[in-house]
Amino acid sequence: MTATPLASATIPVKADNNLSWRQAGGVYLRFLLVEDSPDLAKSVRDLLTMDGHGVDWAATLSEAQDCLHAARYDLILLDIMLPDGDGRQFLQAQRRAGHDTPVIVMTARAAVSDRVDVLDSGADDYITKPFDFAELEARVRAVLRRRGGAAQTIRRYGDLSFNPLTATVTIAEEVRDLRNRELRLFEILLAAPDRIFSKDQLCDRLFSYAESVSDNAIEVYVGRLRKKLAGSVARIETVRGLGYRLTGG
Amino acid sequence: MKVFLPNGSLRAKLVLQLLVVAAVLAVLLYFTVRTTADRAAEATQDAILGAATTSIAEQLRATEDGVDVDLAYATFSMLGAIGQDRLFYRIDIEGQTVTGYEDLPLPDSPPAGLAATFYTSPYLDANLRIAAVSRSMTFDKGPVPVLVMIGQTRQGQAAIADSLANRAALVGLGFFLLAVPLSLLSAGSVFNPINRLAEAVGRRGPRDLRPVRHPAPRELAPLIGALNGFVARLRGALSQTETFIAEAAHHIRTPLSTVRAQAEIALRQSDDEATRVRLRSMIRGVETSARSASQLLDHAMVLYRSDQLERVPVDLSQVVRNVARAFEPTAELKEVTLVVTGDDGAMMTQGDPLLIEAALRNLLDNAIKYSAPETEVRMDVTRADGTVRVSVLDQGRGLSGASLAELSQRFTRGGNVGDVVGSGLGLTIVAEVATALGGQFDLRERTGLQSGGGTCASFILPAL
Repeated sequence: MTATPLASATIPVKADNNLSWRQAGGVYLRFLLVEDSPDLAKSVRDLLTMDGHGVDWAATLSEAQDCLHAARYDLILLDIMLPDGDGRQFLQAQRRAGHDTPVIVMTARAAVSDRVDVLDSGADDYITKPFDFAELEARVRAVLRRRGGAAQTIRRYGDLSFNPLTATVTIAEEVRDLRNRELRLFEILLAAPDRIFSKDQLCDRLFSYAESVSDNAIEVYVGRLRKKLAGSVARIETVRGLGYRLTGG
Repeated sequence: MKVFLPNGSLRAKLVLQLLVVAAVLAVLLYFTVRTTADRAAEATQDAILGAATTSIAEQLRATEDGVDVDLAYATFSMLGAIGQDRLFYRIDIEGQTVTGYEDLPLPDSPPAGLAATFYTSPYLDANLRIAAVSRSMTFDKGPVPVLVMIGQTRQGQAAIADSLANRAALVGLGFFLLAVPLSLLSAGSVFNPINRLAEAVGRRGPRDLRPVRHPAPRELAPLIGALNGFVARLRGALSQTETFIAEAAHHIRTPLSTVRAQAEIALRQSDDEATRVRLRSMIRGVETSARSASQLLDHAMVLYRSDQLERVPVDLSQVVRNVARAFEPTAELKEVTLVVTGDDGAMMTQGDPLLIEAALRNLLDNAIKYSAPETEVRMDVTRADGTVRVSVLDQGRGLSGASLAELSQRFTRGGNVGDVVGSGLGLTIVAEVATALGGQFDLRERTGLQSGGGTCASFILPAL
């Protein structure tokens, strides 16, 4: 495999500052995104970065190989059709070499046989393009949960610690379970503390666009999340006429 | 008659041709035997007639007052050997009939000496075979030509020839009758290799595009060669099509993903309500087209694979668990609890695992799609009466009275689902898979629930 300069393969997360409200703190999960379309790669990277993750991008399999030599990743997002080969064969080679980094394949091939094929190659899961970003997150969570979790998944805010994989919030030694939408709502708010999110914005993130939701559905979830956070210095504030924000940490 | 059409049965044609040849041979045999018999009988008669005539001619004696003819008994008894035939004779001296029947027909050319001339001629009511010899006798005046003729009717000869010919006819008929089963047998054995070849090709699975290597007679080699050439071209075309579909999907879905992801980013960043509405409808559009494309492909796959059905043992409960696992995150997103219940142990059925998975996927996708948050979708696997059954039970909006027949039509959707993205192909796929595998698909409204409503979709296959 030809050695490609690592710099061309990776786009450091810190160099990307156009996303103003990005989480100031540390990176939660490190992703390797192997995708040959620069446009798609950029948008997926932006979305993951917005949620506070670190993303390295490789446009080819040889770049991906270089990245894997240089760093450790919590999860690889792998396209199948790449300019220098088939992602499935790359994956098989990785598994044979004993690399067990979780892999989610992003496939444009939706046929059942292709999906079976992908799992047989050693992928942990697959997602069909074009995908709902919330679904990608859900699959990432599910894969990491199955794999026993990534190293740096606990987030702290004020006096609470939050583990998105087990969907638990711990306040003063007391562990509280979050249901799926409470978890996602909390993740959204936690990614940008003190930023005001409108009801619409939250709705768009919590519900699929394929379903229609009433406006006050969001109030229900905010109410539930507030109960789960009771007793913490962190709280969800209603900003009249504008929306909600997480504050107090 | 059908067999004469160019696209009629080759076997019938071959049998017919063999029979025609046999018939011609039989007729030929008859005529050959008949002619030979005629000739043999004639030759026998000629030999006796000639001998008798010559003997009479030799025993003519010239006397002072004429000719002394000795019609010896021995001579005529020799002639009597052939059946009940009548005899006629005539002796001419110097062209004057001296004894016998004076109107007995003369030969066309006078015979040369004692070697007999034979000819056939009608006389009275019958055909006569006549032998004529001539000699010269010396009288006072000098040598005088004497002509001796003996004619005999031909009934005996005809009788012998007829009986021989009748036997020949019997032999010919027997030969023809024997030829009928023989030609049927031989036509069968000629076409057996073709049938075996056809069977071998027909037994092949949908993805078996290897060249045909079945042993076959040399004459079939061009056909097999052509078939293999065709298979090779088909394989090329198929792999091209598959590559093309995969690439087309890649090239369409990748930009669609970009559109969708960019729209999601824009939606997160935009505070303008009008823009947000547009972005949302954009995302819905992308979702609809992607879903339609997937289901059209699934549908095409189901049609293709049911045509050339692969039958292997499949553990239905294993497929259910796999499908449920694949949908876990989707259900989680909607806060729908996904449960798998049912009888223990493997639920073996027979069929194409990919088809079964496609059907279960579509059922589960539907159930989750139409479920309200915080409800349950249950996949129940049971066996009963030689069948295995997967029931997908949801607590969703039900069918609002639409029937299974309506909903399993292509591109038809229920009346109560306008707000949910869908293509109208999902249940069509499920119904088609059930039919292809000899099973059943049943869809009904759930009743008697406290939550009041929901759908129960049952996918039933014969147990192995």
